Amino acid sequence: MSTLRAWRGPVLMIVGLLSAWQALYWITGDIALRSPADTIRHSWALFQRPAMWPHIRETATAFSAAIVIAVTLGMSVGLTLGFSRLAGQVFEPMLVALYSVPKVTLYPILLLMFGLGISAKIAFGALHGFIPIALFTINAVRNVRPILIKTGRVLNYDTSDLVWRILIPAALPEIFSGIRIGLALTMIGTVLGEMFASQRGLGYLLMNAIGLHDVDLIMSITFVLIVFAAVVSSILLAIDRRLHRRV
Amino acid sequence: MKRYATPLRFLVLIGLFVGLEILCRTKVIDPFTMQPPTLIVRDLWNLLAAGKLNKAIAKTLSNAAIGFALAVSVGITAALVIHRVRILREALDPLFATYYAIPVLAFYPLLIIIFGLGNIPKIMIAFMLGVIAVIVNTLNGLDRVPRVMLKTARIVRMSPVETAFRVTLPYAAPYVLTGVKFAVAYSLIGIIGSEFVMSTEGMGFEISFAYTNFDNATMYPLILLILIVSISINLLVGLWEKRLLARRGLR
Repeated sequence: MSTLRAWRGPVLMIVGLLSAWQALYWITGDIALRSPADTIRHSWALFQRPAMWPHIRETATAFSAAIVIAVTLGMSVGLTLGFSRLAGQVFEPMLVALYSVPKVTLYPILLLMFGLGISAKIAFGALHGFIPIALFTINAVRNVRPILIKTGRVLNYDTSDLVWRILIPAALPEIFSGIRIGLALTMIGTVLGEMFASQRGLGYLLMNAIGLHDVDLIMSITFVLIVFAAVVSSILLAIDRRLHRRV
Repeated sequence: MKRYATPLRFLVLIGLFVGLEILCRTKVIDPFTMQPPTLIVRDLWNLLAAGKLNKAIAKTLSNAAIGFALAVSVGITAALVIHRVRILREALDPLFATYYAIPVLAFYPLLIIIFGLGNIPKIMIAFMLGVIAVIVNTLNGLDRVPRVMLKTARIVRMSPVETAFRVTLPYAAPYVLTGVKFAVAYSLIGIIGSEFVMSTEGMGFEISFAYTNFDNATMYPLILLILIVSISINLLVGLWEKRLLARRGLR
């Protein structure tokens, strides 16, 4: 019964979104939109086209590389700034400011630094993702109960032991929340990077399809990207809630 | 220790500025990649004084303002409705939980196809980015209104609209304000982002235009300008929020 309850919201949402979409399609007609059924069919066909795979692979590679960089960089910055009070006070507002700035404007700088290619996309994705991870980690480390750290000191732990055996396990649920959001932003950053001055990847295909007026392609790529993002983030959200309940 | 933080931050920024200047002047960073910061500032000053950017700035800010106003008004109204209709709340909660993960800008090509390359797709992107933040934060505030206040409102026979304006929204104001703060940042991000990706006018477009023309002397000043504008707008909203909260005795 309780599992049924838990599924009611998501099911209602999906049914609601699909019917809104279908209704919109009936109103606007074939020129601007495709129906949900058509889009799903077309998305499925997309995966069967061999020409698609290099683009999917490009986006997937860029995204995975960016997420690895974002997590390592975000966590190390977060741990450092969370551990040292003064450094945290100096740099945290800068990270917050960077978070709320339109980062697209920095993309040309990255393009000039890394050149046209996959590395600029990776850097741009990582730039989006690492900030929330760092900010969450800073907070997580600050919220670790002092007694745990004192215990570590009593046990004569050195810094790396302190970090790996006390800080990270204790702060894990909150760090994970940061990673969850960072992952989503990394994906947004990677796709956004592909939408500008790129020759490969799903973002490029999306922009290219405007010129071709290929509504089928636009709708199915948008659909695939959004379903992917929603599914990944729902899974992470479920893990996140479980982690938070554990404590 | 807190006393040292702000001056130290300035020192760090100045250090970055000087460091970049030295790296650029000594050609470690080659001039095709980046110009020395002092030159960027001078170019920005010249561009602003010549008035060449006025149109682009006005376009971007007015579009952002429209997107922001829509996000806030629709967001608050929607939150008031969603708060009252239980089934709607249940259906939308999962959407709110995953919405931040949705690459909203991926809708931009579709919006261009539907509405044409003009102001509407950009404003819609800004709206879509901001509205959910407003809804989620307003709902969070509405959830905290004490039941006794709602009962009092019912006793003095306030209509639902009156209750919203005189009881629930004022009570939830600090939370609504958090949403508004996000909407400010998101509307700028949405407008400038979509201008940058594909557009014919605005600050984001000017940057991408300068980039495609290898015109670093225009591009870097523009980037600096956008950073300055958005950081100062966000700072102002933050200060305003702090003052409002202080007046209420929160924080």
